[in-house]
Amino acid sequence: MAEKITIVMSMVLVNNYVLAQFLGICPFLGVSKKLDSATGMGIAVIFVMVLATAATWPIMQVLKQFEIGYLQTVVFILIIAALVQLVEMMLKKFIPSLHKALGVYLPLITTNCAVLGVCISNIDAGYNYINSLFNAAGAGLGFLLAMVLFAGVRQKLETATGVPEAFKGVPITLITAAMLSMGFMGFSGLFQ
Amino acid sequence: MKNNKLAILTKGIIKENPVLVLLLGTCPTLATTSSVFNGLGMGVSAMAVLICSNIVISLLRNIIPDKVRIPCYIVVIAGFVTVVQMLLQAFVPSLYSSLGLFIPLIVVNCIILGRAEMFASKNNVIDSALDGIGMGLGFTLALGCMGAVREFFGAGSLLGFNILGGHIEQMGIFNLAPGGFFVFAILIAGVYMITKDKSKLVREFGCSGFRTTEADRRTAEKAKKAEAAKAAKAKAEADKAAVEAPKMNAREAVPTGAVKAEPKAQEGVSMEADLKAEAKAREESDALGNNPSETGGVRMEMDQPTAKDGSAKNVVEAKGKKVIEAKPEGNEGAKPDADAKVEVREG
Repeated sequence: MAEKITIVMSMVLVNNYVLAQFLGICPFLGVSKKLDSATGMGIAVIFVMVLATAATWPIMQVLKQFEIGYLQTVVFILIIAALVQLVEMMLKKFIPSLHKALGVYLPLITTNCAVLGVCISNIDAGYNYINSLFNAAGAGLGFLLAMVLFAGVRQKLETATGVPEAFKGVPITLITAAMLSMGFMGFSGLFQ
Repeated sequence: MKNNKLAILTKGIIKENPVLVLLLGTCPTLATTSSVFNGLGMGVSAMAVLICSNIVISLLRNIIPDKVRIPCYIVVIAGFVTVVQMLLQAFVPSLYSSLGLFIPLIVVNCIILGRAEMFASKNNVIDSALDGIGMGLGFTLALGCMGAVREFFGAGSLLGFNILGGHIEQMGIFNLAPGGFFVFAILIAGVYMITKDKSKLVREFGCSGFRTTEADRRTAEKAKKAEAAKAAKAKAEADKAAVEAPKMNAREAVPTGAVKAEPKAQEGVSMEADLKAEAKAREESDALGNNPSETGGVRMEMDQPTAKDGSAKNVVEAKGKKVIEAKPEGNEGAKPDADAKVEVREG
């Protein structure tokens, strides 16, 4: 159990998917304008990450069994795309309120580097099934944390004055992300 | 003809550089540019996948059914990524181990899927190949520049050749995560200053929805023309309605609601061309009828900065509910692009 908690905490703080490993930058910078959309996107990402890991890990074992491991990329991305479609349809049918809250972001997650990244890194790190699920949950939580923090900062940035013209919009956002990333660097060395 | 081909080739290098102007594919840009070799290697790999997938998708563009086109593109791209991965593992193992996780992540690189969706599926093979070469060169150039800056300041070397030696203290931060964000920001600002007057592009992260500037400009122009045609008519009617609205019930002013809904819908199309990814996505879901009450709020927010059609704004404020009910009809007629995009989501 301690090992699992270590995995989760290290994914959230030390190896934060967005701020340390640069996965999931596109939605991080694109969706984090407002706090509520950032939260919605983060929760959707956790959801999809855990489900995707649950689906892809066993399939990878099957692929390894038949020694066709090189099909990893194709199979994973197809599973993720199909899974996102399926989840969206099922949410729409059975839990429409959740679908309304998350529904806009689910299709965006298909091309999110973070989801494919977590599936592949689980295989590379050689975790067993349960550890992989915790790894995915930790990665998602880290993503959510980074998104929420950044959304708060960005909302303040909207009303900032004195930004040079060339830096308005995207560049100043990126510099802010650099500061946030520097802050998270303080966590390195927390877990051995 | 020749000019056109050359234009396709060169626009991807500076003017519509996929990374620094269109802001696609930011993940590998930030992650693999800690040295020039890694950055150039990533750029060349992605360029190879981009050219090959553009060619194949352009060849198959009339065969792939519209509903399943995104999964088909993904399969084609993933196939080429697997090939490139195996080639790198065999011939350049140092690059393979330093790029690590990001080689398979070329599959979800927004540049490749975006160009397939926006260009290769609509143009012939030669144009698609040229576009792939142009965009790939732009991507590689951007990655090379970033890698050069980060490696120079972070390790004092370029391509492994030690330049600064031990004479000047190296700034290790540039090798790490924050340095990546920082250099990226400076480069985007730099490119903006160079291309400031030549291309009026909106700088927003375009990964969701796979848009390019051409499509945006076309829709924006179409919308503006239609809007200008209707603006005069809408204004006259709105002035009349604005006078009458305080006296009458909002519901009774409905007959003009349908006409007002159309400029609103087309404003929506041009606003999509201008605005941020989440507002875009929310608009589309609202077009499907998900959140009628929020739509009014969203549209009014967006009306404040642009103020394109002041008369329509009054109308929205006067008749919140009715405009939204009239909207679906206006939408189906005036928003073919949004339908295409909705299909992207569903497909």
